[in-house]
Amino acid sequence: MSGPSTYNPKSGIEKWLDTRLPLPRLLHDTMNTFPTPKNLNFWYVFGGILTFCLAVQIVTGIVLAMHYKPDAALAFGSVEKIMREVNYGWLIRYVHANGASMFFLAVYIHMFRGLYYGSYKAPRELIWIIGVLIYLLMTATAFFGYVLPWGQMSFWGATVITNFFSAIPLVGTHISTWLWGDFAVGDATLNRFFSLHYLLPFVIAAVVGLHIWALHVPGNNNPLGIDVKSPQDTVPFHPYYTIKDGFYLVLFVIFFSLFVFYAPEFFGNADNAIEANPLVTPPEIVPEWYLLPFYAILRSIPNKLLGVIALGAAILVLAFIPWLDTSRVRSCRFRPTMKWLFWFFVVDCLILGYCGSQPVDAVLAGIPLVLVARFGTAYYFGFFILLMPLVGLFETPKPLPASISQPVLGE
Amino acid sequence: MTHLPLRLALAGSLGLSLAFGAASAHTMDTHRLPPKKEEFSFEGPFGTYDRGALQRGFQVYKEVCGACHVLQHVAFHNLSEPGGPGFSEAQAKGIAAGYKVPAEPNDKGETTDDKGERLTRPGIIADYFPNPFPNENAARANNNGNLPPDLSMIVKARRGGPQYVYSILTGFHQTPPKGFTVTKDKYYNPYYEGWNIGMPPPLQANSVSYTDGTRATVDQEARDVATFLAWASEPKMEERKQMGFSVILFLLAFAGVLFAAKRKLWADVH
Amino acid sequence: MTAATADDATRRDFLYVASGAMGGVAVAAVAWPLIDQMNPSTAALALSSVEVPLDSIQVGQGITVKWRGQPLFVRRRTPEEIAKARAVDVASLPDPLANNDSLPENAPATDANRTTKPEWLVLKGVCTHLGCTPTISTPTDVQGEYGGWLCHCHGSQYDTAGRIRKGPAPRNLEVPPYAFLSDTRIKVG
Repeated sequence: MSGPSTYNPKSGIEKWLDTRLPLPRLLHDTMNTFPTPKNLNFWYVFGGILTFCLAVQIVTGIVLAMHYKPDAALAFGSVEKIMREVNYGWLIRYVHANGASMFFLAVYIHMFRGLYYGSYKAPRELIWIIGVLIYLLMTATAFFGYVLPWGQMSFWGATVITNFFSAIPLVGTHISTWLWGDFAVGDATLNRFFSLHYLLPFVIAAVVGLHIWALHVPGNNNPLGIDVKSPQDTVPFHPYYTIKDGFYLVLFVIFFSLFVFYAPEFFGNADNAIEANPLVTPPEIVPEWYLLPFYAILRSIPNKLLGVIALGAAILVLAFIPWLDTSRVRSCRFRPTMKWLFWFFVVDCLILGYCGSQPVDAVLAGIPLVLVARFGTAYYFGFFILLMPLVGLFETPKPLPASISQPVLGE
Repeated sequence: MTHLPLRLALAGSLGLSLAFGAASAHTMDTHRLPPKKEEFSFEGPFGTYDRGALQRGFQVYKEVCGACHVLQHVAFHNLSEPGGPGFSEAQAKGIAAGYKVPAEPNDKGETTDDKGERLTRPGIIADYFPNPFPNENAARANNNGNLPPDLSMIVKARRGGPQYVYSILTGFHQTPPKGFTVTKDKYYNPYYEGWNIGMPPPLQANSVSYTDGTRATVDQEARDVATFLAWASEPKMEERKQMGFSVILFLLAFAGVLFAAKRKLWADVH
Repeated sequence: MTAATADDATRRDFLYVASGAMGGVAVAAVAWPLIDQMNPSTAALALSSVEVPLDSIQVGQGITVKWRGQPLFVRRRTPEEIAKARAVDVASLPDPLANNDSLPENAPATDANRTTKPEWLVLKGVCTHLGCTPTISTPTDVQGEYGGWLCHCHGSQYDTAGRIRKGPAPRNLEVPPYAFLSDTRIKVG
């Protein structure tokens, strides 16, 4: 996609195709000879893993849609039929349900990795922003998907989330009603969520294409955060990274399988095994784990509208990181202050996640968790809006190596 | 939600009432107790259902629970499928034939008889367990306004799973703590959220007479039916664990080969 | 090339081939559940055989039940209908084969080969032309010239043994696999 192509068509068919639709050339240049920094570490394998996750979700999802019925009266029963009657239905559904959690686990590691090594900095801003867009689409898809089994948590989760829009002044309730297609979450809502849940993964796949395209123009960043200076700094993508990513992918699948086969309900909620009942709200409504930090941010703000704005801002702020970070150095390896602030940020996200999982009035060691969540929220926004620009200006980075090969050659 | 033992819960509420004054002295923490720590054969990565317990548990469901509770998502043919209670197909057929299920519309397109009663026919293996009540209102009217929940999902639908079911069934006949009033037409059961349960104590000694000679104590019946309901919630559990074992074994070998290939390949890169 | 590096290359090639082979096995193993899920579920299989009680069917009457999603004709024939069906010369039939799933494919279409007990005729109610459901004759409402069934879609006429006599249908109505569980009960499928 960038730089001179090294593709050399051999057979007649390849030559014929190359002058018409140069697909083999594209695959050759992007997946075969693509020069990749040779120092990519473990944290760089998650891009490949995420592609795998998307493929798994799409394939199992298409299969589930062959048996699922998006009708408020039938949905819950049709899912149970998948679990009990359809050949391997239980396997396919457990892979799909746990696959969502695996997908988010991988995407969070991928995002934190990008944050740590400064992969969002010039010339890779668009890769990052497209990534944020993918994350947003994933969140929407996961939300729609969680509604489909039509259990109690599906129903009440959908009710709570769609009620966010009612916080918008003047038109809020109209927007909620429009989303529902009724005066509350119901059959019409389920049917449209199914449609969107089926559509969005293909949109994600297309945007992932853009993400990878944008990656192949400047090439990979790397743990040192310095540019590739000579061919010595790189190895061809295949076989070096295909084999390496393949190995870690299999490890990831083992981890994935442990949940599918031995703890399939680990990420689930007992209330979702009860069919949706619009007349009874479960005692606690908890979103899926991957949304808990945002849920904590929402709840830490006592005003409905401001809470919803904070929730939106928490995701939106990610898109501005390329310009909020004023440092000239990419990798946190050479940023003594930022490194600490980064790890505080990771811990902060975990604390926010914990707060989101607990009841609103929970108290831990005498401290109300809502207070903890407020500090957590303050650090979350402070990290991006204050610390990133300021630390970049005042921090003295450690000296950078001359090239990717240098630290090794120098030994 | 606190899952403290009763003593701690009481102590906690006492502490709270001291802290916040007499106003809250009448409130009592009636959160359910953590379920009893009963162990079941189907737990753990290699656990399987005890066939005897499944068959006995089915008998308890059929003769006791089934009077009020539906087993909505279980079909009669499931009873003879691998990983289940191990009934033969003929036995499953016999069990199905013993139930009356709503009939399909007759030649005139009617589903009710002259008196408005639902037309029924004997069940076949393709049928699901029929609801003991024609609708929710009838179920409530027969149970002091309470709706007996579907039992085919109960183990999945309650935190604590089989232990919860077992604890509820064996948690009756206790003296409520001082200051706790049992509501009219309700029963005291500290393993139930709020402690007031609408279900009367369902199991007595010899509620059923087991054909395999097992003594039908309340404890035995509760264990058996909890096992049966665990299966009803997840009939494919045994298949899942067995398949998982081979899948993970294969993946470990695959990872080993890939690791060797990766190490060999990267050995030359400096 | 020294022996050591040649060994090395062999070892590397082996590891690549092994990785590729195991990847192939994994893909094949994953493919099977994805294919098999489209086969009839256990719920559909539980309905693959039905039992039909015969005690309520009077001589000269029949019932239609659903079997594997399609109509199934169960008819209790009158002695006249049986005699009429037996009088036909098999060689003169458009389809001389029995089309009975319980018999070999080349069994001739005699009336005896179309039934298990002469009185009871059990047929799949699917016209062998294009899949419509034929209509049965009754004394007051005769369908076609042969006293059996008439398919209104394209005018195929079947006789009292369900054999094609006239019209575009190529084959006799199919006799599904069935067995008598007792004198008054059959199991189809």
